[in-house]
Amino acid sequence: MNKQVLVIGGGPAGLEAAGQLENLGYKAYIVEKSDKLGGHLLKWDRLFPESISAAETLQKLLEPVGHITTFLDCTVVSVSKTGEHFSVQLSNDATLNVSAIIVSAGFSLFPAEKKEEYGYNIYNRVITSADLEDFFKTGSDSRIQNPKSVGFVHCVGSRDEKACNRQCSKVCCITAVKQACEIKEQYPDADIYCFYMDLRMYGRGYEDLYLEAQSKYGIRFIRGRVSEVAEDETGKLVIKAEDTLSSKPLKITLDLLVLMVGMIKNADNENLSSLLNTRLGDDGFFQSASPILRSTEGEIAGIFFAGASTGPKTLPESINEAKASALAIHGYLSKQK
Amino acid sequence: MIFNGKQRIWSEYQKEIPDDHYFYVRSCIRQNFFPASEKTFLDIVQNRLGLDFFETEHHTTCGGIAYHSDSIPQETLMTIVARQFALMTDAGYKNYVASCITSFGIYTETLETWRHYPELETKVRESLWKATKREFNKPEYLAHASDVIYKLRDRIATASVNRLVNKKTGEPLKVVEHIGCHYSKMFPSKGVGGAEYPYVLTGMIEAWGGEIIDYPERRHCCGFGFRQYLVKANRGYSLSNTHKKFESMKPFKPDMIITNCPGCPYFLDRWQYVISEMEGKTYGENSQGIPVFTYEEVAGLVLGYDPWDLGLQIHQTGVEPLLDKMGIIYNKADKYKL
Repeated sequence: MNKQVLVIGGGPAGLEAAGQLENLGYKAYIVEKSDKLGGHLLKWDRLFPESISAAETLQKLLEPVGHITTFLDCTVVSVSKTGEHFSVQLSNDATLNVSAIIVSAGFSLFPAEKKEEYGYNIYNRVITSADLEDFFKTGSDSRIQNPKSVGFVHCVGSRDEKACNRQCSKVCCITAVKQACEIKEQYPDADIYCFYMDLRMYGRGYEDLYLEAQSKYGIRFIRGRVSEVAEDETGKLVIKAEDTLSSKPLKITLDLLVLMVGMIKNADNENLSSLLNTRLGDDGFFQSASPILRSTEGEIAGIFFAGASTGPKTLPESINEAKASALAIHGYLSKQK
Repeated sequence: MIFNGKQRIWSEYQKEIPDDHYFYVRSCIRQNFFPASEKTFLDIVQNRLGLDFFETEHHTTCGGIAYHSDSIPQETLMTIVARQFALMTDAGYKNYVASCITSFGIYTETLETWRHYPELETKVRESLWKATKREFNKPEYLAHASDVIYKLRDRIATASVNRLVNKKTGEPLKVVEHIGCHYSKMFPSKGVGGAEYPYVLTGMIEAWGGEIIDYPERRHCCGFGFRQYLVKANRGYSLSNTHKKFESMKPFKPDMIITNCPGCPYFLDRWQYVISEMEGKTYGENSQGIPVFTYEEVAGLVLGYDPWDLGLQIHQTGVEPLLDKMGIIYNKADKYKL
């Protein structure tokens, strides 16, 4: 039996899957299109809901895979299946012969400039949640200068027909609550507002963080959408929004606006799905064999999924799914002669 | 502000605008509000630039005011539009240009509705035939007259004798550009620059030497609307929208306002007087008000037309301070001569 497995994508799900496969006695290869392993986790500072360090978490994911053959700055160019085996050609001209493939290509962040009314990349003080996370990590962003008032806009590019993304991105609400608390810690005198549609506090500890945000940090939660952003003569942002609970429109001047950009399909999904002969859903994420009982398995034998390649997920969900995917591969390959 | 962010959006909302051979339809009300604007448009394109722009006395209102006031149903509106297109077809034209922004919105809405519901187009064709024995082709290109001036802005700049510049200081004039709501708010892809950051007037101002002002209530409606204005009791609501805009633009100290709709310059010009009477408040330098222009008037000023031939004497908010600022020579005594 060919005990070699290809992992496409070197983010948290791919790293966990590769580590688990090696534990189970398989030889894993990781192909990663960027020059570093870690995916989006490289960019985060602290993880919800308990503010665990992202860097430390990544380090723990990287340690077990230090010996694994990894191809960085590399993509899959062609895949051909003969019997139960795949011959995979990479962009560095290497050819791998594997028995199974895990697609852990993850997600892309919604490009905030597409929501033109919010003025990202037009008005200086409009940033994304990813930009803010980078600021927390590095301590440096020229757009953030001791803000006295900060707004967070939930659901940017998510649950949005006009943006062609109907899906909820799952993690943005809790991220907004987390970041609101963090920025309040950094600027205790600042007034912080969260403009939300619904507050999806489904995970363990999320509701507690939400309550703490209100009681300890004084974050104001306004149920309503932001309709437009403009700049006044001093460069501050003038935001128009709706407060649906008091049934009133409101206008507020802020020093900083943070757009909670959603998870959308990875830009490479169309190409990958064509190479692997797998289906994508209407939302552009990969389609598994069955959403309930076989969510880590593809419709084609030997193709498996882990992490956000099949839809928005939290980090623990991605890691658990990576473990499940590795186990599913073990079960699949054990049946081969 | 990050200017190249806007430039990126403008590059995504480009639209094809032919520069010649148009069938031109006028506005119901512009000739009353700003009497020389349409005449200036035709003089520029036909006589100054030698282009083929045709109009016929047989065309009518587009029906927009009646439609937006709920006086006529959509099918009636579409049949009126169909007749306009039939006149265009009979005259041998394929490019259609409307003077009025509401008309542009009506024509765009009609064509888009027919695209999605072809059975409605069939019904309208039958209605038109029954009523007038006319048939029509749909325009290949639909433009607003400001799209055409936008397209020709560089040619106008080349031929210009005046610039949107303070002659004394050499500084560009600070210009507020106000876009009519029916230009791109309904169909963003049909407007140059889209709905959030339209470029049609910005492009003209840039080409003619001015500096654009972006202020918080830039996108806000002037308040003209239809129902709120046509019903006298509602006019306070209209006024309050204009008031909101002026309060918002005031800190930016604009020298002038340029608009591309019939109703918008009317309101922005006239309501300044009402606000001064009601609140004792004025805007602009030396409390002289902020002069409001149509884009044709500005094109005319830039090309050196006599201000009184452009109908600027009809403006409620005096334009002379701006003319002086631009260094335009004019005869005060001729202002009201026929």
